Amino acid sequence: MAGALQDWKAQKRPFAAIASAPVFWLALFFVVPMGIVWLYSFGQNSGPATIEISGTLDNYKRAMEWLYLSIFLKSLAVAALVTLICLIVGFPVAMAITFAAPKWRPWLLLGIMLPFWTNLLIRTYALMALMGINGYANKGLGGLWNGASWLRTLVGMQPLEAWTPVQLLYNNFAVVLGLVYVHLPFMVLPLYSALDRLDKSLIEASLDLGAGHLRTLLKIVVPLAGPGIIAGVMITLIPALGAYLTPDLMGGTDSQMIANVIERQFKRANDWPFGAALSFLLIYAMFILIALQSMRGNKATER
Amino acid sequence: MDFRTFLHAGSNRRAMLKGMGVAAVGFSLTGSLAGCGEKKAKVLANGEAAELNFYNWDTYIGETTLEDYNEAAGVDVNMTLFASNDELFAKLRAGNQGYDVIVPSNDFVERMVSADMLMEIDKAQIPNFKNVGKDYQDVPYDPARKHSMPYTWLALGIGYRKSKVKAVPDSWKVLFDSDEYKGRIAVLSEAGDMFRLYGKYMGKSVNGLTDADLKAIEAMMIKQKPNIKAFHEDNGQDMLLKGEVDLVLEYNGDIAQAMVEDKDIGFVIPKEGSQLNSDNLCIPKGAPHPKNAHAFINYLLDGEAGKKITETILYPTPNDAAKALMPDTYKNNPVIFPAADVLAKCEYAKFNPDLQPKYEEAFTRVRAA
Repeated sequence: MAGALQDWKAQKRPFAAIASAPVFWLALFFVVPMGIVWLYSFGQNSGPATIEISGTLDNYKRAMEWLYLSIFLKSLAVAALVTLICLIVGFPVAMAITFAAPKWRPWLLLGIMLPFWTNLLIRTYALMALMGINGYANKGLGGLWNGASWLRTLVGMQPLEAWTPVQLLYNNFAVVLGLVYVHLPFMVLPLYSALDRLDKSLIEASLDLGAGHLRTLLKIVVPLAGPGIIAGVMITLIPALGAYLTPDLMGGTDSQMIANVIERQFKRANDWPFGAALSFLLIYAMFILIALQSMRGNKATER
Repeated sequence: MDFRTFLHAGSNRRAMLKGMGVAAVGFSLTGSLAGCGEKKAKVLANGEAAELNFYNWDTYIGETTLEDYNEAAGVDVNMTLFASNDELFAKLRAGNQGYDVIVPSNDFVERMVSADMLMEIDKAQIPNFKNVGKDYQDVPYDPARKHSMPYTWLALGIGYRKSKVKAVPDSWKVLFDSDEYKGRIAVLSEAGDMFRLYGKYMGKSVNGLTDADLKAIEAMMIKQKPNIKAFHEDNGQDMLLKGEVDLVLEYNGDIAQAMVEDKDIGFVIPKEGSQLNSDNLCIPKGAPHPKNAHAFINYLLDGEAGKKITETILYPTPNDAAKALMPDTYKNNPVIFPAADVLAKCEYAKFNPDLQPKYEEAFTRVRAA
């Protein structure tokens, strides 16, 4: 890392030449529009299509009310749960890919990345078709139930009551499941890249020196994969925190997340200043998460 | 493709985060209109290029209407689509990027007029205005039709599965104030419509709600919430068709389309009355081809052209000449054309810039409760 930095300092001109295009792009299409939205957050509507930037803090005051704070906290809890499930499910998947035969690995990775080639909306609707009250999941469960009922009659017991479909959609469970489904690749890919770089001889050494499989996993693999785990957690948590399509389509009456509230400010409520204030609170929260992560990263390199 | 290279390139987290940040901003540069200036179109007798940019809802035009118009008038109609009034308004609030004809709903006609975004319509250029039904020639949301021409109209009501209800659900009570159909109801997610219809249930005008009413309605909504399965995004007819719910708050046109597919579906406008909506043809200020826009609107209001549109979209038409050409199954369909005494109790919602944020905040509280 230090070597790369010195190179950059010694080669300022070529670096500037290479960096100018992306920096310009970022400034024009990211910093400037975000700056405008940031200014909106200190303004108020002066007409249906005009915003007067008056320097008011009312939007932030309103955004800090318990109603919106509680939605923030709920969204954070949902996103954290989604990230945890993704980690628990994604880690074994990443391990399996790492230890798969080399000729299989590209195909397994392709399997992880394939969903990215399909539009999120289409994936969500497909999941809804699966989980509906007359969807395949319920049909499958109903089939198993009837099978069990039939087996009971074989051994002379009373058959089970008729199958009533389970409510899989339109509740918080559906939102968490939908978000896990969408975000799992974000977790698996950084985990894989961390595990792939791991020196396999360390695992062999641990096993040779008498540690069990579980102990090797917890004491050797997980600490060494630490940066990958943190990266995976960040790039799962942050988009999950800003999710709005999944709660809109799969959620029930109390599944709104903060991004849904923000979306409604920009659309139906036509209250862009308030929507901008809410957005920036969300962005600040994400900045804090990223800052915490890089502080941890710095500590780790110092050690 | 070498996935490992890809992964290692992507494992720089900050680079990845930055990339995702850019993607998250989601610019909508309208590329759709960029192409139309390139080819030098021929010039019409009215002095305008033979082209027109039409911004419409999806599946909201006859199958051959645009080709037919091209044949009749020699004008290339370039149609782009929007999904909600909010999207239409958001696109135009920063200035007209080149649209000639747009299709906002009634309250958005008012909103756009108050923001000075619509051109006055010159009725001398629209002789087919005579085809428009009497009730739609002068409407409260656009007195004397200065800025808009009617395209379709709709009424909100209750779509239901006939085999799953005990009686015809002809009161808002079943959706708003009863646990009779617990967990089998979906209502709209649009805060304004919900509050106004609750107002209707309480015997008030959709445009006469006070702050005290909002408080009372909010309490009723929170009480009713456990009985509601979902706030749907105007896809209630799909939920009804799939059997997810048995009662749904929807527009008559959407349920009429569902009834073609499933004979077990019914629709009723509750006895307390309901809210009417209407979609309108308007010309935004700064339209590059205003004369073509007038001529195109005139064509859409023609009897034969209107009939072809109505055959496709099955919404109620305000065009009497088109309606006269339609078969009886359409004309006498009580879902598409509710009885006059029912319609007499329905109202258009007025655009109200002060109330809309209050509706939204109260509805956010209901959802968070």
